[in-house]
Amino acid sequence: MKGRYFVLLLFFVLSVPFVHAGIEVREFPDARLEQRYHRLIGELRCLVCQNQSLADSNADLAEDLRDEVYAMLMAGKPDREIVAFLVARYGDFVLYRPPVKKTTLLLWLGPFAALLVAGWVLWRIGKARTPEPAAPLNEEEQQKVRKLLQQQNREEPGS
Amino acid sequence: MIAEAGHLALIFALLMAALQAVFPLAGATLGMPAWVGVARPAARAQSLFLLIAFGCLVQSFVDNDFSVLYVAEHSNSALPLFYRIAATWGAHEGSVLLWATILGLWAGAVSLFSRGLSEVFVARVLGVLGLVSVGILLFILFTSNPFERLLPAPLDGRDLNPLLQDFGLAVHPPMLYMGYVGMAVPFSFAIAALLSGSLDIAWARWSRPWTLVAWAFLTLGITLGSWWAYYELGWGGWWFWDPVENASFMPWLMATALIHSLAVTEKRGAFKAWTVLLAIFAFSLSLLGMFLVRSGILVSVHAFANDPERGLFILIFLGLVIGGSLLLYALRAPTVKDHARFHWFSRESLLLLNNVLLVIACASVLLGTLYPLVLDALGLGKISVGPPYFGSVFTPLTAPLFLLAGIGPLVAWRQGNPSRLWRQVRWLIPLSIVAAVVLTVLWFDIGQIATVAGLSCAFWLATTSLLPLWQRFRHRKGLGGLRQPLGYYGMTLAHFGLAVFLVGVTVSNHFSIEKTVRLETGESATLGGYTFLFEGVREIEGPNYTAREGLFTVSDGDRITARLRPQKRFYPVQRNVMTEAAIDPSLARDIYVALGESLEGDAWSVRLYVKPAIRWIWLGGLLMMTGGFLAAADRRYRLTVKDETIVTTPA
Repeated sequence: MKGRYFVLLLFFVLSVPFVHAGIEVREFPDARLEQRYHRLIGELRCLVCQNQSLADSNADLAEDLRDEVYAMLMAGKPDREIVAFLVARYGDFVLYRPPVKKTTLLLWLGPFAALLVAGWVLWRIGKARTPEPAAPLNEEEQQKVRKLLQQQNREEPGS
Repeated sequence: MIAEAGHLALIFALLMAALQAVFPLAGATLGMPAWVGVARPAARAQSLFLLIAFGCLVQSFVDNDFSVLYVAEHSNSALPLFYRIAATWGAHEGSVLLWATILGLWAGAVSLFSRGLSEVFVARVLGVLGLVSVGILLFILFTSNPFERLLPAPLDGRDLNPLLQDFGLAVHPPMLYMGYVGMAVPFSFAIAALLSGSLDIAWARWSRPWTLVAWAFLTLGITLGSWWAYYELGWGGWWFWDPVENASFMPWLMATALIHSLAVTEKRGAFKAWTVLLAIFAFSLSLLGMFLVRSGILVSVHAFANDPERGLFILIFLGLVIGGSLLLYALRAPTVKDHARFHWFSRESLLLLNNVLLVIACASVLLGTLYPLVLDALGLGKISVGPPYFGSVFTPLTAPLFLLAGIGPLVAWRQGNPSRLWRQVRWLIPLSIVAAVVLTVLWFDIGQIATVAGLSCAFWLATTSLLPLWQRFRHRKGLGGLRQPLGYYGMTLAHFGLAVFLVGVTVSNHFSIEKTVRLETGESATLGGYTFLFEGVREIEGPNYTAREGLFTVSDGDRITARLRPQKRFYPVQRNVMTEAAIDPSLARDIYVALGESLEGDAWSVRLYVKPAIRWIWLGGLLMMTGGFLAAADRRYRLTVKDETIVTTPA
């Protein structure tokens, strides 16, 4: 049963000519509302497409959802409420910005945790790799140097 | 006949690849010169047979031989010749054959252009490449044979996906694959160095030009893909963080880290083991990309589970390559002696930082790409990871790179002088910020923090990359100071290209405007100071489609800027409707018009865009690519080869 469902879904996905977004002419009372509309449909996923936002999809479902988003915006609902409504209906899958919850902690924090670890490792490497400054010679070593120099001076005239 | 010849050539290529793998690797280990000598002729024969096989498939498309299943499924007699040829790599079987053919060509190139290297080392490199070829050719022959017959032959083919009937997408895969597959060469050099046990700096010098060429091709391939997506499917978008795009972007990030790390290894003998690891990762990510794209796992985890043959094959292959090379690395890397020392403020340190940021950025893309798949497979829910995620995570991780790329080359090896650097660049900081503010306020009327930050970054990167040239010009009193090796110019151009890219991204992201309008014939709309006059729609007949074509006259005041003809095409064979946007391109801005739906009366819905500076994105990519090729052409690498010849020739 499940297999057939996915074959059907696949067929649907492939047969949707996903190349052209639906173009609806919409009127907005002000530019800020229009901006919010475009941002919302850009961050919501068309559920029947392979990987397209509502803004980029021409599937019937995407068109319906754009209509709904538009209607809710015009009704004066805040973005949060519109998103919550769609999540309640379709689940987190509809969000291109995954919500932060237990199962997505690694997704959101992983890269920055890696950066912290890398910073610590870099600091360790930096310490280990720093060239040690040449220590001043102690008395014994200075005597050795003097001896060697004298030796050389004595040998040179002879050679 | 031709299809059978191609099939036979594939089998011969597999035999040659096996010879190329077994005898040289065994001969190099056992010290048998005759076996070592097999490497070059076997590699050349392998690439020849692959070229024959590939040519046979192309010929089958040219001949409209629909008795070949692959041709019948992806071509049509009405398809123009150019697209029939491009259809060869338009779907799974053919693109894997292209992959194998390009791998063969890289191996052939290594056999030709590595005369200066020791025979044993070349044998190991070619042996590793041969092993990879064996894997990929077995995959083709057992799971994806493009020469399979379809009898009785249908009268006509099912046509190429209309999305792919386009110049950009015809040339994009070969370039991308040159880069993808090219990562196999530094990988093989690294593995050969591990096998030989002498991880000296020589292998880094040898593999540098190869890595640069592969990186340049990958850059070109990704740039072409982005350009294609822009005009063909994206409604003006140029990057979607689609898993398929990420599959090509991850190896690019890793390869970028690799070319920087190779420089340190070659010049200073530092990061030896790390560089080897990067070479392994870069190629592993190429293979991972192939797995993601070719296994069907992206469509759905369940589609993969239903027909796992191909995916499983690549997964096992991937496991063998990654597992084998990491095992070898674990055995050999601890013996590598790396005594190079450097101060915390030195070019080594900055390049290390570059590497860390690039690798973590790459890891974040990998995480975002695989996370939904893993979550779904574990039954923990379905989520989507899209552009907003990557915008919040990837952008802050890579931002420091733009700030550091320009000053890295100004800092000395081993120990830099911070106060000297500060004296050199301090006046560039206010200059960059002021230039950005002036530009956003004057040119675009509005000032936004994000735009000012992006543009400041771009100016900073551009000026710091060009600063050394300017200083040399001034101190040496003229052009004599500009006599620098090509490698230097390559680097400067690539960094400058990155700045150009950033200008394109910042300006087009923040200042693009769009409008969807309903227009009747004779009506006009205005956007961004341009007037779009709609002069109606006419029917036209293409070679394998029919279309309705709109005519728009775009004017700027009373001067006519462009006549644009966007189309709405119908491809009868696949029953597909395609929108062909019409674009008037220029460096300053693109005007982009797309036809929507036919509304009541003779009205149409129409989408209009004005996108400033969007071309700079791809211009930046092309500059980076040119930088890569320039650096690879540096005389140093060729001189090295000659020197080596002198050394190895008995006096």
